[in-house]
Amino acid sequence: MPETKIGFEIKKLEIMDLDGNADASLEPKLSNDVLKQMYEKMVLTRAFDKKAFNLQRQGRSYTVAQVEGQEACQVGSVFALDMSTDWIFPTYREHGAMICAGMPLERMFAYWMGSEEGLRTEKNIYPLTIAIATHLIHAAGMGLAFKNTGKKGVTMPFFGDGATSEGDALEAFNFAGVFKTPTVFLCQNNYYAISVPLKLQTASKTLAQKALAFGIEGIQIDGNDVLAVYRATSQAVERARKGEGATLIECLTYRFGPHTTADDPTRYRPQSEVDEWRKKDPLPRFEKYLAKKGLWNEDYAKKVSEDNNAKIEEAVAKAEEMMKQLNPHDLLKNIWAGEQPMQQQEQEKLLQEFLGEGI
Amino acid sequence: MAKMTVIQAITNAIAVEMARDPTVVVLGEDVGINGGVFRATDGLLAKYGEKRVMDTPLAESGIAGLSVGLAAGGLKPILETQFDGFAYMMFHQFKYHASELHWRSRGKFNMQMVLRCPYGGGIRALEHHSEGIESFFVHMPGCKVVCPSNPYDAKGLLIASIRDPNAVVFLEPKKIYRAIKGEVPEEEAYTVPLGKAAITREGKDVSIITWGAQVHQALEAAEALKGKYDVEVVDLRTLSPLDEETLLNSVKKTGRAIVVHEAPRTGGFGAEIAALIQEKALLSMQSPVLRLTGFDMPVPLARMEDYNLPNAKRIAKYVEKAMSF
Repeated sequence: MPETKIGFEIKKLEIMDLDGNADASLEPKLSNDVLKQMYEKMVLTRAFDKKAFNLQRQGRSYTVAQVEGQEACQVGSVFALDMSTDWIFPTYREHGAMICAGMPLERMFAYWMGSEEGLRTEKNIYPLTIAIATHLIHAAGMGLAFKNTGKKGVTMPFFGDGATSEGDALEAFNFAGVFKTPTVFLCQNNYYAISVPLKLQTASKTLAQKALAFGIEGIQIDGNDVLAVYRATSQAVERARKGEGATLIECLTYRFGPHTTADDPTRYRPQSEVDEWRKKDPLPRFEKYLAKKGLWNEDYAKKVSEDNNAKIEEAVAKAEEMMKQLNPHDLLKNIWAGEQPMQQQEQEKLLQEFLGEGI
Repeated sequence: MAKMTVIQAITNAIAVEMARDPTVVVLGEDVGINGGVFRATDGLLAKYGEKRVMDTPLAESGIAGLSVGLAAGGLKPILETQFDGFAYMMFHQFKYHASELHWRSRGKFNMQMVLRCPYGGGIRALEHHSEGIESFFVHMPGCKVVCPSNPYDAKGLLIASIRDPNAVVFLEPKKIYRAIKGEVPEEEAYTVPLGKAAITREGKDVSIITWGAQVHQALEAAEALKGKYDVEVVDLRTLSPLDEETLLNSVKKTGRAIVVHEAPRTGGFGAEIAALIQEKALLSMQSPVLRLTGFDMPVPLARMEDYNLPNAKRIAKYVEKAMSF
């Protein structure tokens, strides 16, 4: 009997070069309006990130995760969803995804200012997950619930390169494969899990190939190319909607800033590396692309920036007002659904007693 | 009325609720074709199909996490772990998510799911198949912990758990899965309310507070001591939230309390009950609250298992100890 080869392959998708020239055969057909909306959300994401950082430095907010550099991954992917039926499952770094999915900015600020009220939303946004990779399987589960009850939704969990080392991520890929759930696993490989570089995370050549072991689709893309992100996620979403199962998309990207405001990235990566990645910054590339289409100029950029700054200032004011309205008397609400256990009622009384005495 | 074992009552409860509510689904390892390793889900796949009875990959964390997602997606999963010892691999999904998502989402999501968990020792099972896991889950606000001691309660408590809008860990004492039979209304979808203990035997001298399989050891001890001491047996039925009223009324009446459980003593649920009694019934007590528990040790394998477990004779000894204080 001969030895035979079982063929597997992982594709890599890039559409736009650093000068904003797009491969016409791969370029998604998006209206000028949509292209401009994508740009505006990317700029807003970066502005949010910067403001959140400054608020922390001013002592007006607590530790906050930083996203600058990863805007294309998050904006391109959520634009491929229909947020009236689909769900995103963010982590703490998904400011861009949450903005695109319709999370009010003031809620996002409120979360980092230290209140669970920042997780409250009527939109299809699952409460962001802190414990790495534990939410991937929730997306598979919700997708399975949709599939088995004839609902339309697609579920899209976000996570990073480090998360792919967690057993929970692999279990999620596996369950999604076995149950063919309508799930798009959106991995942002920014090459570092806080300080630990990818080479210490895995010996795997790509993260996308992890999909192969579980019978789901896998693709690696230029995550700083918003057109590539949009195209790959649109195709994955379409497959999911048709009942063809889940996809793992590995977006190659880079976090320009620290992991969080409590992190010092100079301890683990050279400035020269950051500088190299700055050349691949997703925003200027997209600006060049839009300019070639006559959709972008300095005046437009200035207006977008000013509009965004106004939105952000308004949101910060609202969030700070929300913080003032937080009521410690409400501390014990929402722990139990339905009837409150006797212990809860007893502790509720104790809380009110403490508060009544100002202690 | 039919005579049923505990396991039959559990199967019956799931079937009755699946018939009543199309959003109730069952998932776990071997729960489909095989009907579960203890046959608790026997026949359900044939009746309800693979969308509602799902054999899953062998991954406990995945099963728990998938259930969180199913619940968030509007279904009511009944997930099974084959043995108590494997629930540890579900632990973080319960802590971070099943018990907290209602709180974190500000009430948007109910984590209406039941973890069915064969529980406790006494059947000469393999290593890590006979664990007393209750304290880990009792320590999670937002998650309820239930443990029946007889077929009637098993059905009624399980139905109440399936209908409860919170995550419930449903501990099934495997020692009495088939060891006892009782009358159970077969067709009726009745509930036994969560958070209500039962006085299984009335007495005036000492209260034995326990749950699950140990209720039967306590009853045996009480019977053996009949004529000498009048022993009351309190079957907690729900550990979280605890029915303090029934428990405290009992110890205020008897003035003596012994908590019995299989899990290790240190940090065990007996400590919680003892603390509660001293906080709320101190002046009624005539002796210290005693804890008769498994030793602070790993659960030993079959040959030594019995030496670690509370039993009727040890309970009787502790009754003597309480009465002679």
